[in-house]
Amino acid sequence: MAFKDTVGGKAFLVNLWQDNPVFRQVLGICSTLAVTNLMKNTALMCAGLVFTTAFSSLTVSFLRKHTPKQVRMMAQVLIIAAYVIIVGIFMKAYFPEVHKLIGPYVGLIITNCIIMGRCEAFATQNTPWPSFLDGLGAGIGYSLVLIPISMVRETLGFGTLLGFPLPGIENWTRWTIMVMPPGAFFMLALVAWFGNTYVTGGKQGSAA
Amino acid sequence: MLEQVSLAAQGQPGVLGQLVIIFLAAAFTDNILLSRFLGMCSFLAISRQMKTSIGLGIAVVFVTTCTAGINYLVHAYVTVPLGIEFLEYIIFIVVIAAFVQLVEMVVERFSPPLYFALGIFLPLITVNCAILGVSLFMLAKQGYGFWQSLVFGAGSGIGWMLAIVLMAGIRSRIREDKVPEGLRGAGITLIVSGIIALAFVGFSGMIKF
Repeated sequence: MAFKDTVGGKAFLVNLWQDNPVFRQVLGICSTLAVTNLMKNTALMCAGLVFTTAFSSLTVSFLRKHTPKQVRMMAQVLIIAAYVIIVGIFMKAYFPEVHKLIGPYVGLIITNCIIMGRCEAFATQNTPWPSFLDGLGAGIGYSLVLIPISMVRETLGFGTLLGFPLPGIENWTRWTIMVMPPGAFFMLALVAWFGNTYVTGGKQGSAA
Repeated sequence: MLEQVSLAAQGQPGVLGQLVIIFLAAAFTDNILLSRFLGMCSFLAISRQMKTSIGLGIAVVFVTTCTAGINYLVHAYVTVPLGIEFLEYIIFIVVIAAFVQLVEMVVERFSPPLYFALGIFLPLITVNCAILGVSLFMLAKQGYGFWQSLVFGAGSGIGWMLAIVLMAGIRSRIREDKVPEGLRGAGITLIVSGIIALAFVGFSGMIKF
C-alpha cells in the first residue's frame, strides 16, 4: 500500500494542504501573527510546534482507552503542557536570545488550538502511528505557512534574511510597518485570501 | 519599595501614577489583541455579533484580572521558593481552569441571571490564550508586585474587550458590503484588524514604560 493510501499517510498529506490548519481552518493564528517578524524566531517556533503536536497526538492516542471521557480535555492539556515545558527548557538552554524575545509565546503553544484540535478530532479515535503522522502533518502544515510569511516580513521590514543582509539591497528602505503588528494582520489576510481562492476554489467564504 | 521611592525622587510617577501607566499601557499601547495577537481565535469567531462580544469581553476582563493576581501569588509564594518555575506552564493552566470552574459554580448558585447572560463564554475562556498570555507576559515584565499584576491583568482584559467590541461594530457595518469572494469571513476581518492595529500604533508614542 502506498504511503498516501494509509490512514496516517492520508491524514498527514491532507493537513499539509487541503486542510491546512492556518489558512484553511484559521486555527492557531495568535502565534502566526506574533513570531513571524524574524525568520529565525519563526523557524524555532515552528520546530517547537511540530514537536509538540506530533508527540502530544501520539501520547493522547496511546492513552485514549484509559482516559475517562469527562476529564479528557484536562488530560490533553496536561500532556501538551508537559511537551511544551520540554520545548521551553530546550530553547532556554540553546537559544537564550530567541527565548527572551518569544518566550511567552512558547508557553502559549499550550493553548494553540491546532494541537488541541488534532488531539480531539483525530488522536482520540485512532491508533498511535497514524495519530503521530497526523500531528506531524498539522505541525508541518503550520510551518509551511509561517516560514513564507516571515520571509516576506523580514525581507521587507529589515532588508535581511535570517539576520543576514541581502545582497543588492544594502540601501533598503525599511518597510517598518511590515515588522509591526499591522503588517502581520495584512500578511495573514493575504494568506487567507490565497487559501480561500486557490485551495478549494473559494467555496468556504462565509459572510463578512 | 526602595526602587519606587527612588523613582519618585527622580520626578518619576509615584506608586499610584505607576499603576495608572501600567493600566493605560496594557489597554492601549500594548493592546493584548492588536499588538500581542492573543485571543485571536475567539476574536475572529465571536466578533460577528455585538451582544456576544460584550458578554465575552466582560467575562475576559473578570477572569484576566483575577487569574493575574492568583498566578502572581502562586509565582511569588509557591513556585519560586520551591524552585519549580519550570512547572509554571502546567500550574498556571490548572489554576485558570480551576478558577473558571469555580467562578461558574459561584455565579450559577448566587446569580442565575448573570449565569445565563454569560452562558457558554465562561467555559470557553479556559482555552482563550489571552488569559494564559496575560499571566506569562506579566512575569516576563519582571519587577511587578501584586498590585501591578492585578492592574496589568485588568488593563489587558479591558484592552481585549475594547478591541472585540470595536471589531463587532465595524463588522456589523460591513456585513452588506461587497467584499471580494476569497476575502469573506476571516480575510476581511484580518484586514480590518490590521487597520485598527495601525490606529493603536499611534498610541505607542504617548506612554513610555
